[in-house]
Parts: sequence; structure tokens; C-alpha cells
Amino acid sequence: MTAHIPSALRSYTAQQSEVQVEGATLAAAVAGLERRFPGIRFRIITEQDTIRPHIRIFVNEKQVQHLNAPLEREDRIYIVCALSGG
Amino acid sequence: MKSSASEIGPVTLLIGTRKGAFTFKSDRTRRAWKLSAPIFLGHIIHHVVCDPRDRRTILMAASTGHLGPTLFRSTDAGKTWKESLAPPAFPKLPEGEKGRTVSHTFWLTPCHANEPDAWYAGTSPQGFFRSDDGGTTWKPFSSINDDPQYREWMGTVQDGTPDGPKLHSIIVDPRDPAHLYFAMSGGGVHESVDAGKTFIPLVKGLDTVEGFDPAVVTFHDPHCVRLCPSNPDRLYQQNHCGIYRLDRPSTTWVRIGKNMPKHVGDIGFPMVVHPRDADRAWVFPMDGATVWPRVSPGGKPAAYVTKNAGKSWVRLDKGFPRANAWWTVKRQAMTADAHESVGLYLGSTQGEIWASRNEGATWTCIARHLPEIYSVEAAALGR
Repeated sequence: MTAHIPSALRSYTAQQSEVQVEGATLAAAVAGLERRFPGIRFRIITEQDTIRPHIRIFVNEKQVQHLNAPLEREDRIYIVCALSGG
Repeated sequence: MKSSASEIGPVTLLIGTRKGAFTFKSDRTRRAWKLSAPIFLGHIIHHVVCDPRDRRTILMAASTGHLGPTLFRSTDAGKTWKESLAPPAFPKLPEGEKGRTVSHTFWLTPCHANEPDAWYAGTSPQGFFRSDDGGTTWKPFSSINDDPQYREWMGTVQDGTPDGPKLHSIIVDPRDPAHLYFAMSGGGVHESVDAGKTFIPLVKGLDTVEGFDPAVVTFHDPHCVRLCPSNPDRLYQQNHCGIYRLDRPSTTWVRIGKNMPKHVGDIGFPMVVHPRDADRAWVFPMDGATVWPRVSPGGKPAAYVTKNAGKSWVRLDKGFPRANAWWTVKRQAMTADAHESVGLYLGSTQGEIWASRNEGATWTCIARHLPEIYSVEAAALGR
């Protein structure tokens, strides 16, 4: 599946805006991202395994709230930086 | 007590701002300064600290509006940077239990000279962390992060400063790596004599806001605590409720801010100590009246110095705007170098850097139009 990386995180992905990931859940996909791009997980997921306040994650067009969200092989993951002030 | 050994070389200011970090390098005379390009532009940089043990390692506490906190490290005096592999983070609690999350690392302190590569960090919300590998990985330090009594003293996010309660002013006794101090806004000042295994509050003599019981540690809000390098038994503190001095082994702080001019008061954020004379210290007062404007009193910025351990204070405003300057200086944004005539440096909330080469007698603005300044540290970087 494809994960869309926001500009704020592309320093981790060698400026790639899309990367391929695998996993049956969002947790597994994010773990895969972390293995390939060390440090990226903690910028978007807290130590309590919650999505950070100004980060939104969509699977296809639907926002997901938890890391246990299931994923399908053809899903597209969008990591979005939400509003955070001036 | 006075000691010798002053610096003579160039000074590098390490500047943390709300929109990135900067360095500002002087020549040997400290008259000419060169500002760097922004470093990590757009990141919120809370503290940038050089390791005095090697003069090449620099740690930088960073976050952004969107992303979680991290730390950057340089081992070549700021030429290149790498990200910490495991920044400070609270332990993951089991499902169903509400664990804490680090919003940002706020304070960095190199450990004792005999503990190379070891650093302490204080976070928001209040957490105490340690790295033993030069800031590459961090682990919770001491028991206070999860101690029920300390958690009570830390209060909630609503009890803290507007951008989160903070653990700061981590101090290592230069004579003994096991002797530590730290402070919390809010939550008081604390001391350990067993390398952080246990801490006890050190708040006797400190005032609290009217109507709040000084015996309750939660109500204490130390803004900045400094230990005198030339006399490690002496500490100075700028508190939410005044300026204090503590001479150990006493455990009672003395409010030396009562000797400040009444129309100025003794409220502020930073506290700066002289590198070689424990009787000298500087503050930068702000308006703490009514709704706490937190600007220079009367719109007239000024530092104040004591040369007699707080018995009296002298206003130092030569060079600062004479009126209509409504800014102030945050707790990490004022510092001193170690030159014979001590250099003082401060960063304003409006993005100006002011410098004095003569211990505050005269001030010059050496940079304008930077983002809001959070921290300024003076380093003597090695080559």
C-alpha cells in the first residue's frame, strides 16, 4: 500500500512524498515506516501509542483514530499535518 | 568568594527561537558579530546547549507545531546535525491506563565533568531524563516522573505555564555528581544528594501567590535557579514571587528581591550569576502587577545587578530604549560569558539580541527581527 508523506516529514524519507508500506493494521504500517525511516514514528505517534494532536491519518478518504485500524493491501494512507497555529 | 580563570576567545551565542535556531559568533573583542542562517527553520527550539567538556558537542531541544518532540545533536560544533534516536519519552502504560506524553524537551544540562557524554533533560510536562551516550538515546531519570507525591506536586497541565508545565534549572554540583537540584513550574525546587535516587523539596522561605499556602509544594513556581560556579554552596533564584538567595547548608531561601526598587518589583524570568564572583548576579525584571503583563515595567527595559549578594541592586539600562519598549526576556534567554569583563547577552520576546561587554554597564542591540527568542547560551566553542 502507499503512504503519503507530508512535507514536514520528508526529511525522514529522503524527500519522497509517497512510500510503499505493508501491514494488516495501521500500527504495523507505522512500524514498517519506522524501520525504514528511523525517528519518523515518534513525530506522529506518542509514547502512549496515540496519534499526535495536530496529526491526522486517513485511510483512503476516512480518518482513523487508532493504531489498531485494519488495512487492506490496496489502501492508501495519508498522513496530514493539521492546523497548529501561526 | 571569587575565583580566577577567565575566557579570552570568541564567543558563540546559541539561540533558540520559536521558529528555529541561530548561532551568533563574535570576534575576540566581542565587538563584531556574525549571525548564521536559520538552523532547522520552523522548528520550535527551546534550548541549545554546548557541552563544556569537549566544546564541540551541542544538543538542541526541538519540536514543531505539528510533530512530536525531538532532539538534534552536533558533534562538530554545529556544522552538522543528527537526530536523537530515542528522545525523552515517558513509559508506555498498559491499555486502559492514562500515561503521560512529552510535549517538548525544555531544558538541557550537561552532567558532571567526570561523566563524559552524560546529559540531563527536563521536559514539559514535568519529566526528568538522562542520556549516557551524548544525547543519542534518553531514559527516564530518577523516580520522580512516576512518584505519586511528585506527580501531585507537579499538578495538572492547567496548573502549569501557558505552553505547558516545565521541569527546568537542572543543576549539578561541580564538586559532586551525586548532588543535584532541579525546579518545576510549577512544583518547587528539589535537591538530591544520592545521584537522583531520592529528592526532597527545597522551598522553605519562598513566597507563594497571596492566599496559597507556602507549605504546599505545588504552589511554588521557581522561574530560574542558578548555582554560583565560584561558590557552589550559593544559589540564586528568580521566582514567580520574587528574587531569592540560598547559602547552603541553610535550607531557607532569603528574599533579596525586597531590596529592589518598589516601582520595579522583583518579578521576572531569568537569573544570571557571575562566573567568578558569587556576590554578583543579574536579573531582568518584568511587570508582574495586576494581570501580569510580563513586559518591562513601564515599557523601559533594564537589567539589575547586585554586587553584594542581594543587599542592594543597581539599574543597568544604558543603551536600552528609554521608553515604549514592551518586551521581556524568558528564563533561558539571558546568559553570561566568562571573559574578564563579563559579557551579558539577552534575547527578547520581540526577536532582538542585546549584548554588553562590560557586565551590563552599557548595552548594544546586535540583532533585530529574529523570531521570538526562547533561549540564549554563550559558548566558547573549540576548533
